[in-house]
Amino acid sequence: MFSYCTDPSSLEGLAWLSCYLTSGTHLLFYGSFGTVLLLLAITAPVALLFGFGGAMASRSRVAPLRWFGKIYTSMVRGIPDILFFLFVPIALDQGFEWLRAKMLCESDAPIRQGNDFVVCAAAKLPLSTSPPWVHDAYGIFLAVIAFSVVFGAFAANVLYGAMQAVPHSQLETAEAYGMTQRQVTRRVLIPQMWTYALPGLSNLWMILIKATPLLFLLGVEDIVYWARELGGSKTSAFTYPHPDWRLYYFLGILVFYLLMTFISERVLARVTRRLSRGQATMGAGVSA
Amino acid sequence: MTCAQTITDYALRSIGMGERLLPRADYTLCQQFTLIGSGLIWNLYFAFLALAFGFVLANGLAVAKASRHPWARGPANAFIFVFRGSPLFIQFFIAYEALVLLPRAGVDILGITVQTSWMTRAWAGGLFVLILNTAAYSAQIFHGALMSVPKGDVEAADAYGMTGWTRFRRIIWPTMMRLAWPSYTNEAIFLFHATTLVYFSGFPAFQQRGDALYYASYFADKTFNPFVAYPIAAAYFVAATLALIWLFGRVNRRLNRHLPGQVRRVKYRPQIVR
Repeated sequence: MFSYCTDPSSLEGLAWLSCYLTSGTHLLFYGSFGTVLLLLAITAPVALLFGFGGAMASRSRVAPLRWFGKIYTSMVRGIPDILFFLFVPIALDQGFEWLRAKMLCESDAPIRQGNDFVVCAAAKLPLSTSPPWVHDAYGIFLAVIAFSVVFGAFAANVLYGAMQAVPHSQLETAEAYGMTQRQVTRRVLIPQMWTYALPGLSNLWMILIKATPLLFLLGVEDIVYWARELGGSKTSAFTYPHPDWRLYYFLGILVFYLLMTFISERVLARVTRRLSRGQATMGAGVSA
Repeated sequence: MTCAQTITDYALRSIGMGERLLPRADYTLCQQFTLIGSGLIWNLYFAFLALAFGFVLANGLAVAKASRHPWARGPANAFIFVFRGSPLFIQFFIAYEALVLLPRAGVDILGITVQTSWMTRAWAGGLFVLILNTAAYSAQIFHGALMSVPKGDVEAADAYGMTGWTRFRRIIWPTMMRLAWPSYTNEAIFLFHATTLVYFSGFPAFQQRGDALYYASYFADKTFNPFVAYPIAAAYFVAATLALIWLFGRVNRRLNRHLPGQVRRVKYRPQIVR
């Protein structure tokens, strides 16, 4: 980074540190904070969409759809989220490859052979010829889906509760004005439910922030991965030898998360106050 | 090998009893059920002890947080902020790295050498983090409940001449528990599910003795088939969670037994806990 960094072994103290902290791998480490923020930015709306679908499905009058919604919303009650994070990416990956094998492969060889899952080269995802960034992007894509499925189910719980909490008299009034069921849902139920959903959704956002280090389990090169890589003790064979510094790297990550949750809490409290203006609820002070 | 034989071999594998070697080929359903169930022992161990110790600690923290003395309130607030504000996964890593840094030979305390190597093992180190984590979340719940104990109750106690510890033990604490219990049930479920993180977060599974999810992912990796092992683990967790909800429901009914008709069913509401 800096011009004096060409020979780090001759440096001492702050100069050494400034070179160390701006080395190529460290820049990748700083970039991985962006990966975390990107995951949050994509997952939150997608999960909200999943949750909305789940909540609408469990209110549906079509029985199979309702059962699906009920199962989806209640599965996170009994099953640890980590299990989904391990299951969903590999299950999806095999599902996609199976579908592609059915369409693209010519041979009729069975796909599951004993303890192997074999598809022809054309059906592999991502293709073995594709550049590394495609592999990375595919990994992050699977991670986003896994996170969205789990947090969608949590959000469905929240939104279902919020829809139930909208005062019945409001819906009845809308019906008395001659609105159809669909109009009642679109014009009254959905606009009104957000105040009731907000405390739950803010809490969900906090859970989501605190779940992002689990990206590491999904094999994405995130901050936990880099903290372990960079912090591990480096012998003199490396450009910047140092003892085991993983603890300091993890303390740095801890500070990052404390800041994230602290700022989020502040912002969400303000949004709650703003949204509960003019609503006949207790409103402010329920962000916890 | 019959299924009964597999069960005698592997039912206690996770705590080091029975067959040492894990199955290497031809994984049968019976083996998967037995080993994953065996791993569940660790999940129950972590959940039970963390909840027991965390409960006591959380009560102390909640009272300290409500204290008028800044010396009691400050540390309690800081503790709760750090443990609620950061991911459990990171807390595990930090605890592990910090415990590894302890001197190998042991620490001299007042002339007695205290061994430290056991602390880096999951059963101690992982449990330690889980206790602190659940204590912070529960303390927040208990503090909220403590703040909503009706003033009239406390004034009535005063009128009866109760003070200090007697008043707290007989009046404030039972009401606080009653108000906090539905949320605390959710916290207990969350903690039980969080026990699956221990073996994925730096703490090594000594001699391949891990929890239910550790064995489930072992099988999923070996057979390259996630559609068998993970649903088995999920079924175990659903069953255990239902048992937990039932147990906490019983306690809830007992806490509310003087208020007939008030017993609300303990509902799982993930939105209000963590």
